[in-house]
Amino acid sequence: DLDGSHLVFMHSLPQLCKMANLRILVGVKRVIDYAVKIRVKPDSSGVVTDGVKHSMNPFCEIAMEEAVRLKEKKLAKEIIAVSCGPTQAQETIRTALAMGADRGVHVEVTGKEYENMTPLHVSKILAKLATDQEANLIILGKQSIDGDNNQTGQMTAALLDWPQATFASELTKENDHLKVVREIDGGLETIKVTLPAVITADLRLNEPRYATLPNIMKAKKKKIAKHKAADFGVDLASTVKVVSVEDPPVRQAGQKVESTEELVAKLKESGVI
Amino acid sequence: MAHQRLPVTIGHFRQYLALINNGSGCLHRTVSSYTQVHAKYCPIQYQSSRRFGLLSRSMQKEEPELTSVRYNVQRGNFARISSEDVAVFEKLLPGRVIADPEELVGYNTDWLRMCRGNSQLLLRPKTTEEISEIMKYCNAHNLAVMPQGGNTGLVGGSVPVFDEIIISTSLMNKIISVDEISGTLVCQAGCVLEALNTHLSDLGLMMPLDLGAKGSCQIGGNISTNAGGLRLMRYGSLHGSVLGLEVVQADGTVLDCLSTLRKDNTGYDLKQLFIGSEGTLGIVTSVSILCPRKPQSINLAILGVSNFENCLKALKEAKGMLGEILSAFEFMDSPCIDLVKANLQLTNPISDMPFYVLIETAGSNGTHDEEKLNLFLEKVLGEGIVEDGTVATDSTKIQSIWAIRERLAEALLHDGYVYKYDISLPLANFYDLVIDMRERVNDIATRTVAYGHLGDGNLHLNITSPTYDHELLEKIEPFIYEWTSRYNGSISAEHGLGFKKKDFIHFSK
Repeated sequence: DLDGSHLVFMHSLPQLCKMANLRILVGVKRVIDYAVKIRVKPDSSGVVTDGVKHSMNPFCEIAMEEAVRLKEKKLAKEIIAVSCGPTQAQETIRTALAMGADRGVHVEVTGKEYENMTPLHVSKILAKLATDQEANLIILGKQSIDGDNNQTGQMTAALLDWPQATFASELTKENDHLKVVREIDGGLETIKVTLPAVITADLRLNEPRYATLPNIMKAKKKKIAKHKAADFGVDLASTVKVVSVEDPPVRQAGQKVESTEELVAKLKESGVI
Repeated sequence: MAHQRLPVTIGHFRQYLALINNGSGCLHRTVSSYTQVHAKYCPIQYQSSRRFGLLSRSMQKEEPELTSVRYNVQRGNFARISSEDVAVFEKLLPGRVIADPEELVGYNTDWLRMCRGNSQLLLRPKTTEEISEIMKYCNAHNLAVMPQGGNTGLVGGSVPVFDEIIISTSLMNKIISVDEISGTLVCQAGCVLEALNTHLSDLGLMMPLDLGAKGSCQIGGNISTNAGGLRLMRYGSLHGSVLGLEVVQADGTVLDCLSTLRKDNTGYDLKQLFIGSEGTLGIVTSVSILCPRKPQSINLAILGVSNFENCLKALKEAKGMLGEILSAFEFMDSPCIDLVKANLQLTNPISDMPFYVLIETAGSNGTHDEEKLNLFLEKVLGEGIVEDGTVATDSTKIQSIWAIRERLAEALLHDGYVYKYDISLPLANFYDLVIDMRERVNDIATRTVAYGHLGDGNLHLNITSPTYDHELLEKIEPFIYEWTSRYNGSISAEHGLGFKKKDFIHFSK
């Protein structure tokens, strides 16, 4: 004679085991700091990065924060932070570790290969890494503030044949799926995705925490495994060629006029009326 | 009419002193005319002044009372503006003479909304020559003037008391030159500090001072008040960084001390007199200032400390271990965090603690700085000097953490009326004043907060109440000045005397 409560109990035990079983892979990218004034290289081949302040991509921070919150809610048991880039990318991984990731993976990509790296390369690396590490949730920022491609999350999901919930502004775990509220042009869309899945974080998903000093100290002792792209069977040959990078056109200064007559005269002069 | 550009000599210096002693001409704020104020705030006056309306910073933004009414000061024997005078100014500065009372409200009221003058005329010159002409005319016709920059002063020194003609330097905002190698900037007095920083930043330089009001304050005003700010501990005071000044004296004479030389020991260094003279000796029109290189790497740590003694220990360790990369050391007590949480909805980046210190490092090598900072943090955390904290390296986080400290003055205004004190004290007795004051006024004040440039021994003690409360003021003054005097402190470390503190100078000098 099972009443409702017993039924719930019998279902929830295996659910509980599954719930704390999330192993989350979070991608964190090292980009030029948000507040820095960007300068284009004189040869138009790209932007100046030497000696310029870099930090974690703001959307990656939000992704990382969401993963930590899931762990605090006891829905995740491990968070792995991964970054593809030169040696300095390790600083970004350390920041992720200070925020609450358990261990890091640094895929070392340098020089020309780094300059030519595209979201497709990154998603291939992430897909293989997720399989190797047996991750069942990937959380990425929706886009990086340097590339602004908004492709990595979607491509990773396709390569893994996992469902994707992009531009997430709210994430709730319900039994064996995730309920995600997405920010779309028309407003907010709520969808359910089964696990494993790929989520990309949008601005309003959360407000990233400040890493506390004790955690910053602890992060120094956490492990960062070093790899090369080849370890994941990924060829970094460039598939896209950047032809040129230019400054946007300089905004023309406005003109102030003293009277309506002058305004009309100027408008006539410029051929507008 | 050719203005006189006089070389700097002792003779002219003597002439200057004579002008002040006469109390004549249109030297603003000659002390004589204001010493006729009642000796202390007469209780009877205040009973009547309360009728004139509340001073609270309500949502309707009511006008504060006229300074002349509230503080019952007597107008000096200056002439009144006539339509002929206005015509002369109109001819001199076409389109830049403002007489509309509504437009003048902002210029007449100070940032703290505690002092309001009754000026009827605002002049907006663009060049030193124009200021010289204005001063010549005013001097000849016994018209009082009020030089005004960004109007961000905190002692009522930037607004008129009566109907003085306001001379605004806002349109004098040209940057004349920047020498990238020596770091020398020459500009007009009306340049906004933040604008100068933005311009310099492209050249890898920065201004040697920084304060919360940087978005509005002008360099001429900063110099006239010897502004201190957040980075004095690293770059020194303006007495050291100003290389030269061009000043227009009361009679219109232009004093050209606008040198760009770092070292020049030929005769008396007259420009030093103008720095911090609050506009009493002349109007600063051009500035030559030494700018340090902009640091490549900036780190900001906010640390939670359990008692004031540990704040001082942290300061000692910071000076020792961070040494030359230390660029700011600020402290705040826990009521400050409550204040910004309540009034500005800012969040505390760390857990709630009795005290907080903000430590900023600035250097040319990120790796080197981080290593030093990490060693320092490990030590202070390990020895229990500091119990919590966070470090920010990316600009957005650095700005959010600085905002907590920089916006305290703004947050205080939301409480209503602020009793603002800026005291220099020996570090040993630093926080004792706050404890004593809090005990004294806790029953009638909304809150008492303390923060400041701990690295410079400069305390900002602020008490708030919903509206102006004379009883509360009586409890604070002269107790706070007497306390400060007992420990040989300064009753105005960096804010200056202005209108509000001119009568208390004897407590420190």
